[in-house]
Amino acid sequence: MKRVFSYLYPFRYRMALGFFVKVLGTVAELLLPVVLTHILKTVVASEDLTQVLLWGALMLLFAGLACLFNIVANRMAATVGKRFSKALRRDLFYKTLTLDTAQTDAFTIPSLESRITTDTYHVHNFVMMIQRMGIRAPILLVGGVVITLLMDKALALVMIAVMPLIFVLVYTLSRLGIRLYGRVQTSVDSLVRVLREDYGGIRVIKALSKEKYEQDRFEIANQRLSKNEQSASFIMSSTHPIMNLLMNGGIAAVTALAAVRVAKDASDPETVVAFMQYFTLISMALMAVSRMFVMFSKCSASARRISEVLSTPAEIVKTEEATSTSDDFITVKNLSFSYAGKKRDLDNISISIPYGSSFGIIGGTGSGKSTLIKLLLRFYDADSGEILFRGKSIRSYTREEIAPFVGVAHQKDFLYAASVEENVRFGRNISREEVWEALTLAQAEDFVRALPDGLDTVLATGGTNLSGGQRQRLLIARAVAGTPPLLILDDASSALDYKTDAALRAALRKIGDKMTTVTVAQRASSVMSCDKILVLDDGRAVGYGTHAELLESCPIYREISDSQMGGALFE
Amino acid sequence: MNKGYAPKGIGRIPEPETKKDYKGLFKRLAGYVLHEWRLFFVAILLTLLSNQLALMGPLYSGTAIDAIVAEGGVDFPTVWENVFKMLSCYVLAALLSYLLALLMVKLSQRIIRTMRKELFAKITKLPIPFFDKNAVGDIVSRMSYDIDTINSTLSHDLVQVMTSLYTVIGSAIFMFRISKPMMLIFVVTVPAAVLFTRYRAKKVRPMFKERSRKLGELNGYAEEMLSGQHTIRTYGREKTISEDFNRHNADAMNATYRAEYYGGILGPSINFINNLSIALITVFGGILYMYSQSGAVAAGTLFFITLGGVAQFVQYSRKFAGPINEFANILHEFQSAFSAAERVFRVLDEPCEAPDGEDAVTLDAVKGDVEFEHVDFSYIPEKPVLKDFDLHVKAGQTVAIVGPTGAGKTTVINLLMRFYDPSSGEIRIDGKPLKSITRESLRRAFTMVLQDTWLFYGSVYDNIVYGKENATLDEVKEAARRARIDSFIEGLPDGYDTLITDDGVNISKGQKQLITIARAMLSDAPMLILDEATSNVDSRTEKMISAAMDDLMRERTCFVVAHRLSTIENADLILVLRDGQITESGTHAELLRLGGFYATLYNSQFT
Repeated sequence: MKRVFSYLYPFRYRMALGFFVKVLGTVAELLLPVVLTHILKTVVASEDLTQVLLWGALMLLFAGLACLFNIVANRMAATVGKRFSKALRRDLFYKTLTLDTAQTDAFTIPSLESRITTDTYHVHNFVMMIQRMGIRAPILLVGGVVITLLMDKALALVMIAVMPLIFVLVYTLSRLGIRLYGRVQTSVDSLVRVLREDYGGIRVIKALSKEKYEQDRFEIANQRLSKNEQSASFIMSSTHPIMNLLMNGGIAAVTALAAVRVAKDASDPETVVAFMQYFTLISMALMAVSRMFVMFSKCSASARRISEVLSTPAEIVKTEEATSTSDDFITVKNLSFSYAGKKRDLDNISISIPYGSSFGIIGGTGSGKSTLIKLLLRFYDADSGEILFRGKSIRSYTREEIAPFVGVAHQKDFLYAASVEENVRFGRNISREEVWEALTLAQAEDFVRALPDGLDTVLATGGTNLSGGQRQRLLIARAVAGTPPLLILDDASSALDYKTDAALRAALRKIGDKMTTVTVAQRASSVMSCDKILVLDDGRAVGYGTHAELLESCPIYREISDSQMGGALFE
Repeated sequence: MNKGYAPKGIGRIPEPETKKDYKGLFKRLAGYVLHEWRLFFVAILLTLLSNQLALMGPLYSGTAIDAIVAEGGVDFPTVWENVFKMLSCYVLAALLSYLLALLMVKLSQRIIRTMRKELFAKITKLPIPFFDKNAVGDIVSRMSYDIDTINSTLSHDLVQVMTSLYTVIGSAIFMFRISKPMMLIFVVTVPAAVLFTRYRAKKVRPMFKERSRKLGELNGYAEEMLSGQHTIRTYGREKTISEDFNRHNADAMNATYRAEYYGGILGPSINFINNLSIALITVFGGILYMYSQSGAVAAGTLFFITLGGVAQFVQYSRKFAGPINEFANILHEFQSAFSAAERVFRVLDEPCEAPDGEDAVTLDAVKGDVEFEHVDFSYIPEKPVLKDFDLHVKAGQTVAIVGPTGAGKTTVINLLMRFYDPSSGEIRIDGKPLKSITRESLRRAFTMVLQDTWLFYGSVYDNIVYGKENATLDEVKEAARRARIDSFIEGLPDGYDTLITDDGVNISKGQKQLITIARAMLSDAPMLILDEATSNVDSRTEKMISAAMDDLMRERTCFVVAHRLSTIENADLILVLRDGQITESGTHAELLRLGGFYATLYNSQFT
């Protein structure tokens, strides 16, 4: 949490100045009832009309000053708020992007998203509120109490007695509220789940005529939500009446006590009138303070969540170690890796990929194909064994240093709301000609030319305005753009029909030894022409050799090959 | 099934009108409130009572103060009496206002529960095109966010308005009684406050809207980029993307700054107007009090006022000013509630699936003979998918539908199940036109396995038995066995009672597929619709799925969106779709002989 608020440090003088201006405004406001008392008590007694008017003008002046100072302070606060949130969000976003992959997995993407969006918003609001009310309310509170104590100690004590009651009430209820609303949120989630499920399965529901059944299922969630919401609201609705009662009860008590004290000549009626004024002012300040308290608890949770991300240390770092060397592009020796530390996701893998060669990896879902690719890109570090990248240990590279050497296309990769050109270029230094070359190679040229604005056609988020096959071809174009030395196709042609896939493979063969290619696939036909093929099953290498060798020696490969050679004729 | 083939824009929920029919919306919302008229009536009564009591408090307090200043010392009996009255008023007011709050919570909960129920029931009755054209997120936000907005307006703002109205009128009357001349002050300050807030609001509201828009964009950008984080890292683009993000960030924060800079004037200014009132009351009241004391103004005349009177007046003036300052805010709340209600009503007003004709018959003892005669169909008017399409499938035959993604392979299925209706021509099952058959019995004649395996949050058993309501446990187990998923289920920690959760970590894609096959097995429908999965599962599971599907296809009329070569080769009829049109049809041998698109594709795999 400190970590988040340290972003306020550069603005400390500006904030101090803002607070000072706010204090001036608050003092001016506090003086109003003082003047009011003075007018009713002393000036009126003098029966001098000009005096009354002069003092009235003074009240006006104070009111004007209060307004002016508060506006200035609020505006200063807006500047601080803007700069603070901008810097915080900037760093948080960058940190999020550069987290180690294992750390991202641990946080989960939706959670990281809400930290960048909702949590920074909460913190911003709190920083604004602290500046706007954080000083005003306490000063009104303390100043009010001090002035009333000066006016009449006994009456002030009655009022002070009410304050802790109100505070405890607000505190307890808001704590309770957080718990109750947590329960409401859970039932909202399960209601939304039913809705989402049914939306996706509407064809099944209609096919089986289950509309009534689903309505009943929804109604259960609906009623539970309603019940929880109702009980939370029932509790929280009591805040206002009780608070009003306490405050008004205080006023009644002050009135009664005032009567006794006036009778004893310990006080005077004009003081009582002014006292009522302060009472209202103070109770308003009190409410503001309690509201701040509620907001603080909300904000501190958010600040903690942001700090967690910001203070996560990078674990995958560059270490200069050159234990062994190799002449191949990639050499993997006795590599083992496990995500969770229990099951071995990769078990003792050894491969070598010479420069300019083509390498195939085949295996079913969960066999460890994608995991191996992630390790080759240093998304994770191996538990044991080593990877040599361009002859040096991969640990002597940062992820950013590996990136320029590789182009990667995954089966379902990322397309975003930008033009086709930008999606292929992806922020790299690649010319428009090179983009076209890549599109041609990826068999995407024809359909891109046919798009309404060609290369400048803007994609929908996720590229949903393209077909699956078109998306994959754009991803492949991105991977080959700029001819990186290493091309990784991770199940990247699964949505292409055989004809396009074959054309793509022919085109790739043509550029041949300029690029080293690694092809990950589930279809044997996609890897059969590779120089070397690794067969993975459940994290272990069960076959390693050429297509012909594997057909001889590896039963799993043969099985895959047999069942798929006919394969999916049309995606 | 294939989604989004139909273009966006047709059949989507219409955008809200810029000029709203507030009167209509108000009437409709009021209808919901009036449906609970008993509760509402009691609520109004309670509002009146509790506010009256709250208003009477300061009155007694003033009298008590006057009794304290009374000539000849403090008039204790009057003071006690009034303090007691004050206290009773406040206690009662608090009690009644709490009761009122409870009542309003109850009232609004009843209303929004009904709304949610209606909305969901509506959704289950909407035709399929609706689901293809509207994103689920949009409906979710209507169900949660919009209904929530209505809730808070009903349970909170409605009372607030009634209270405010009553307080403003009530305190005005009380102040009028205390001193008529002093009311003149408000002739200046109230219009000033109202005009000022309205003027500021008009100026500031677009800025806050702009802020929300920019923040929305920023969030959208962040979400999009985080979803592509893996790729961004692969290509080492963290810095480039961050720079882009910072541009959005700066935009959003500048918009925020502008809103806060100009919005920051409102609070202090309103405060100033209040303080101005107090200062004027003090001066004016002080002068009147001065003359009243000196006897220049006689007791009971127009300008006479006591010290207690001044104190009361100040208290009432605060009560009076509060709601007026809040007025703009509440108006805004009501506007957003109306907009929210409009969004909910839009869905409620969507046309349902056309009801079955009155003379619609129930389809039973189906053989499974299917005919298409001169069928025309298109998702978008200018892009025909089927044109004068004829097809005759005899009971027990298999039709394979093949073609690239987006070619409209699911069209035939959409028409058969009456998810969509043809624009002309006729489809018949066992000689009966589809339109003459009740939807329920028609759909019951089919069993269906789709590529997107649909399982819901519930036990494995619940998910399988979904296919046939009154199936016994033995039947379920038999279906699981025939789907080759029985040993897997029995190996789960709770067997058939194992919960299938959202993340579904415990069950793989292939196993989910097998569970949906088991569900389909339970049905004894004579016709099968099958959307074969692409090769996203490992080869062993794929073999099990193939075997289970072959089992399922036996002795049924089958319509298969086919991917497996064996299915295609063995089909009695192959329909080849390209760009949304059936270009070739026939058996495998016939199509090869034809030498068209199918033949080219088929041969390309061997080159």
